[in-house]
Amino acid sequence: MIQAILVFNNHGKPRLVRFYQRFPEEIQQQIVRETFHLVLKRDDNICNFLEGGSLIGGSDYKLIYRHYATLYFVFCVDSSESELGILDLIQVFVETLDKCFENVCELDLIFHMDKVHYILQEVVMGGMVLETNMNEIVAQIEAQNRLEKSEGGLSAAPARAVSAVKNINLPEIPRNINLGDLNIKVPNLSQFV
Amino acid sequence: MALKMVKGSIDRMFDKNLQDLVRGIRNHKEDEAKYISQCIDEIKQELKQDNIAVKANAVCKLTYLQMLGYDISWAAFNIIEVMSASKFTFKRIGYLAASQCFHEGTDVIMLTTNQIRKDLSSPSQYDTGVALTGLSCFVTSDLARDLANDIMTLMSHTKPYIRKKAVLIMYKVFLKYPESLRPAFPRLKEKLEDPDPGVQSAAVNVICELARRNPKNYLSLAPLFFKLMTCSTNNWVLIKIIKLFGALTPLEPRLGKKLIEPLTNLIHSTSAMSLLYECVNTVIAVLISLSSGMPNHSASIQLCVQKLRILIEDSDQNLKYLGLLAMSKILRTHPKSVQAHKDLILQCLDDKDESIRLRALDLLYGMVSKKNLMEIVKKLMTHVDKAEGTTYRDELLTKIIDICSQSNYQYITNFEWYISILVELTRLEGTRHGHLIAAQMLDVAIRVKAIRKFAVSQMSALLDSGHLVASSTQRNGICEVLYAAAWICGEFSEHLQEPHQTLEAMLRPKVTTLPGHIQAVYVQNVVKLYASILLQKEQAGETEAAQEVTQVMVERLPQFVQSADLEVQERASCILQLVKHVQKLQAKAVPVAEELSALFAGELNPVAPKAQKKVPVPEGLDLDTWINEPPSDSESEDEKSKTIFREEEQKHTQHRQPEVDEAELARRREARKQEQANNPFYIKSSPSPQKRYQDAPGVEHIPVVQIDLSVPLKVPGLPTSDQYVKLEEERRHQQRLEKDKKKKRKREREREKKGKHRRQRSLPTESEEDIAPAQQVDIVTEEMPENALPSDEDDKDPNDPYRALDVDLDRPLADSEKLPVQKHRNAETSKSPQKEDVPLVEKKSKKPKKKEKKHREREKEREKEEQRKPSRHKKQHRKEKAGRSKGKKAKQQPPTCAEAAGPVENGAAEEEPLPPMSSYCLLAENAYIKMTYDIQASLQKESQVTVSIILENQSSSFLKNMELNVLDSLNTKMARPEGSSVHDGVPVPFQLPPGVSNEAQFVFTIQSIVMAQKLKGTLSFIAKDAEGATHEKLDFRLHFSCSAYLVTTPCYSDAFAKLLESGDLSMSSIKVDGISMSFQNLLAKICFHHHFSVVERVDSCASMYSRSIQGHHVCLLVKKGEKSVSVDGKCSDSTLLGNLLEEMQVTLAQC
Repeated sequence: MIQAILVFNNHGKPRLVRFYQRFPEEIQQQIVRETFHLVLKRDDNICNFLEGGSLIGGSDYKLIYRHYATLYFVFCVDSSESELGILDLIQVFVETLDKCFENVCELDLIFHMDKVHYILQEVVMGGMVLETNMNEIVAQIEAQNRLEKSEGGLSAAPARAVSAVKNINLPEIPRNINLGDLNIKVPNLSQFV
Repeated sequence: MALKMVKGSIDRMFDKNLQDLVRGIRNHKEDEAKYISQCIDEIKQELKQDNIAVKANAVCKLTYLQMLGYDISWAAFNIIEVMSASKFTFKRIGYLAASQCFHEGTDVIMLTTNQIRKDLSSPSQYDTGVALTGLSCFVTSDLARDLANDIMTLMSHTKPYIRKKAVLIMYKVFLKYPESLRPAFPRLKEKLEDPDPGVQSAAVNVICELARRNPKNYLSLAPLFFKLMTCSTNNWVLIKIIKLFGALTPLEPRLGKKLIEPLTNLIHSTSAMSLLYECVNTVIAVLISLSSGMPNHSASIQLCVQKLRILIEDSDQNLKYLGLLAMSKILRTHPKSVQAHKDLILQCLDDKDESIRLRALDLLYGMVSKKNLMEIVKKLMTHVDKAEGTTYRDELLTKIIDICSQSNYQYITNFEWYISILVELTRLEGTRHGHLIAAQMLDVAIRVKAIRKFAVSQMSALLDSGHLVASSTQRNGICEVLYAAAWICGEFSEHLQEPHQTLEAMLRPKVTTLPGHIQAVYVQNVVKLYASILLQKEQAGETEAAQEVTQVMVERLPQFVQSADLEVQERASCILQLVKHVQKLQAKAVPVAEELSALFAGELNPVAPKAQKKVPVPEGLDLDTWINEPPSDSESEDEKSKTIFREEEQKHTQHRQPEVDEAELARRREARKQEQANNPFYIKSSPSPQKRYQDAPGVEHIPVVQIDLSVPLKVPGLPTSDQYVKLEEERRHQQRLEKDKKKKRKREREREKKGKHRRQRSLPTESEEDIAPAQQVDIVTEEMPENALPSDEDDKDPNDPYRALDVDLDRPLADSEKLPVQKHRNAETSKSPQKEDVPLVEKKSKKPKKKEKKHREREKEREKEEQRKPSRHKKQHRKEKAGRSKGKKAKQQPPTCAEAAGPVENGAAEEEPLPPMSSYCLLAENAYIKMTYDIQASLQKESQVTVSIILENQSSSFLKNMELNVLDSLNTKMARPEGSSVHDGVPVPFQLPPGVSNEAQFVFTIQSIVMAQKLKGTLSFIAKDAEGATHEKLDFRLHFSCSAYLVTTPCYSDAFAKLLESGDLSMSSIKVDGISMSFQNLLAKICFHHHFSVVERVDSCASMYSRSIQGHHVCLLVKKGEKSVSVDGKCSDSTLLGNLLEEMQVTLAQC
């Protein structure tokens, strides 16, 4: 079982927080903070597993994470999950994000947290791995996007125009974390169909 | 209307959407909290609007704020509104928010049942999908119970997308509603062979999760999994299956033998490291289970170890880590094969990666021997010095202690070395394991008698040095060591070189900065020390010196009397008075030392941690019966008991035995035996062969084990452990030389033999008096109570949520075992209430009441027991009933899609709005008993309803022989047992102890349901208390309202429209003024009390539908005005409609 999926940036700002077990909001924030401090002090060239210890669940749980440019993707899993498998799953998730957002960058995650959740929901459901095949995941997401479009979406046209006006104000922000140059070397992992 | 729409969308242009919110937060970095609170206010405004798009947008923003740590549970109701939107876009937002913030404690969650059911059967697969995903995050036991059947139907959906989600969510359902496991299991098993790989993978996933917790129930699936393993190419599935086999093999060694070959093949063939790794892991598990150690398996072990070595040597840190992890599993059973790679593991200790170092540390644990312990610990000590992060250093510290203390200090040849290691560890600043070091010091000092002198000298140095006192800020920090030091110095004060100096050290003013529990130990042990000094001085005749010591005590103790800690204060003031008294006696030149020492006389024995638990319950003692009246509210109990036992450890400090000669000991032993023999309450130890030491109750007969040590004992000051390493080397060298020289000497051979056996507990020594010139170290074993049963069961957690899932899956399904189909809680057809006791037990658990909590728990336990050891007659009993009445129900699982189209009925009780409502209303009440009742109808029985009556005993008497009787009317009759007349009552199938409530169900037959009915009735019972028994009666009037005959039946809007068009319905309407309740709650109330379901809701107007048990359709149109509500009804029977509207008017008038 996957207990929690956390995405935060190099400064510990949460970008996606998904717990599959109930924690009050303060505790969730605390876990995010502590997890951030745990992974922050780890170099990029050391192993991607660490014992979560007191954070969630106890000794049966592990934190498995990957670091892409400005973002950390952390999965907290118990012993029933294969460590290397989860590492690969993170890769699948990130590649799916990359496909859906076309060159995903941190900003996409910031402004479209809801969409990131919807993508995640096609990968992991209730703490269990739902689908590992990226094409299947992307197909389902696109189908749902089409459905949403046919309904007119959340923001109707006039609102979008206003939004464009508001966009003028956009502060200077780093653009594009390209997945290509962040690839962490994973040995023979992409064997999953 | 159109104008309003346009206006609405223009307004919306200025609402913030999620992107605006995020942007705003980023632009208000300085006053983020203020900005967000402003946004929350806006969101609250938006949520009040009727436009669902605005609401959805607001909920979407809330979801973002939830991620930032804001509690959004206040919007739970709005989230439900958005969830029930018809558009997928909004629905998805609602379910996402719900999945982030709903949980077991969310009270409105019960309102979602019908919505979720509707979504699950939606024709759009994405509506269903989104509902399943959401539900997987917030399913509660109620939702699981009510929706289990719907989800199970979805497991055979035509779309694989839905199938796989339905399969996965079943695991959550099982966890929350374990009864569903057996009925659902066959279909789950089916899904293992689903044509779609995703569904198959999901099924494997679920079964693996289940099997991990209770592997033995899934052994029968092994052949199926074996087949899957050999033909599947999906690595995810393979990994899961291989992991599952790892859990199964310990239970079935034959399976393991079969697995070895295919797994070995996989290891050789696969290129995926993840798969390779899991294969190696499972091979290891197999080899562990085949512990017989057949020679041909050593090849497999070698293969595994080799592969792991390759992993460990890999430059990829992840593989290195996993290699070490797997290695530690091999270590447990085949330490030899791992020990060969010691070099590699020691090398990993120097790795820059902390996780890898930690794993290597784990391995070290199994690699130590007597020979290399000192060397390895020395290496670890250098790491301790280097480690900068406290977590890793703490880990090192615990590891050192673990390694040294493992299997009863098996590998320690020199305890002085160990004590000095412990003392060295006390120099660590900021560790959180002071307590651990302290516990070790105490353990060693108490159990290794020969080391006490040395330990005391070290401890007094610790007390003296003061650096520990300075670091006393942190609880459980290193200052905990002082707790041990003070106690050891006090308890074994006869070994102290300079007791006076230690006394001074313990009375320093700085001591008062220590945590309370340590000060308390200080105070207590200061007296022990004082007593021993006094004894010394008096024996030496130095009365003045003795008085001086007393003076010091009188001067210094007041600092403890002023302590804020209760324990310290109490002890100190008590002792201060004692010392003052001694002072007076001393002034009169009365010798007091002997008497004072007598305070602490007595030897201390180490007691095993589990000893208390293992005390067998004497025959005839039933711990479950109440001694007194059960307390009405037991919440505060736990806290209380904690404070009572908090300082338990300090009890050690009370007994002490100064040197007692052999004769005295013998005398005492005799006296004790005599006393025990005469004491009827003393449980005599039965001579059991396997626990020899129990025969001798005396302390002296505790078996001790001897170790020869030829190291001089006294090392001045705080030693470094290093010198012991050198000494040890020398000693061993010498031993070797000696051995070589005197090989042939018989005596030496004997000693060698002795050396080999030295840890075996079965070597009791006569007494400690015969300590040979070569030092002896005795490890006293921990005491256990007589008759203690050796067992390991005590580590099982009774609250384990997975325990409930431990059910036999191979037993064929009984008829009674099926998922609850959406039905109104109803009783079985035409059967008398007294046969109901079995289902009653199950039904009751629905209405938790605090008072009956205890009772309920026991009830549950009984239930579980019944499940575990299936009582034959119970099952038969059920079958009988099922055979009689369930003919119709047998096929209650409609085919997948048919359900989507057809109307679905639903439980009425779930529609509770925010103020919790109960469908139970008061029937009658007197001093003895309170009766509340609810009437349940079912579409399956057109002329019958079930009345559930909760009987609550309000008195202190025991109520029995309860009998319920009603005066039947022509229309309504109570079903009585066969052969009894209409005037006979129906007995209630249980008795009621004081304060307990229970539910009984009675079946009534009705002919016409268009009119409300009132029946007069009486409950008679015998109330028995201390004074005697009295016969009592309670009259009541049972009201059968017309609403009671309605059954909540969902209806889709098209069917509803057709119904209205058909024109054969008569119409009537009412209007109620002065209504303040919100429309939503109002609807919920109608749904709940009158068993309607909402067909459609548009703003403040809703259409509702219900059906009577005799098939009358009832349609309502409810409109809310400013302060009024109008209800237009249409029904196939005008009388029924009239009566229903009348009842509704009463309900609405209360709103």
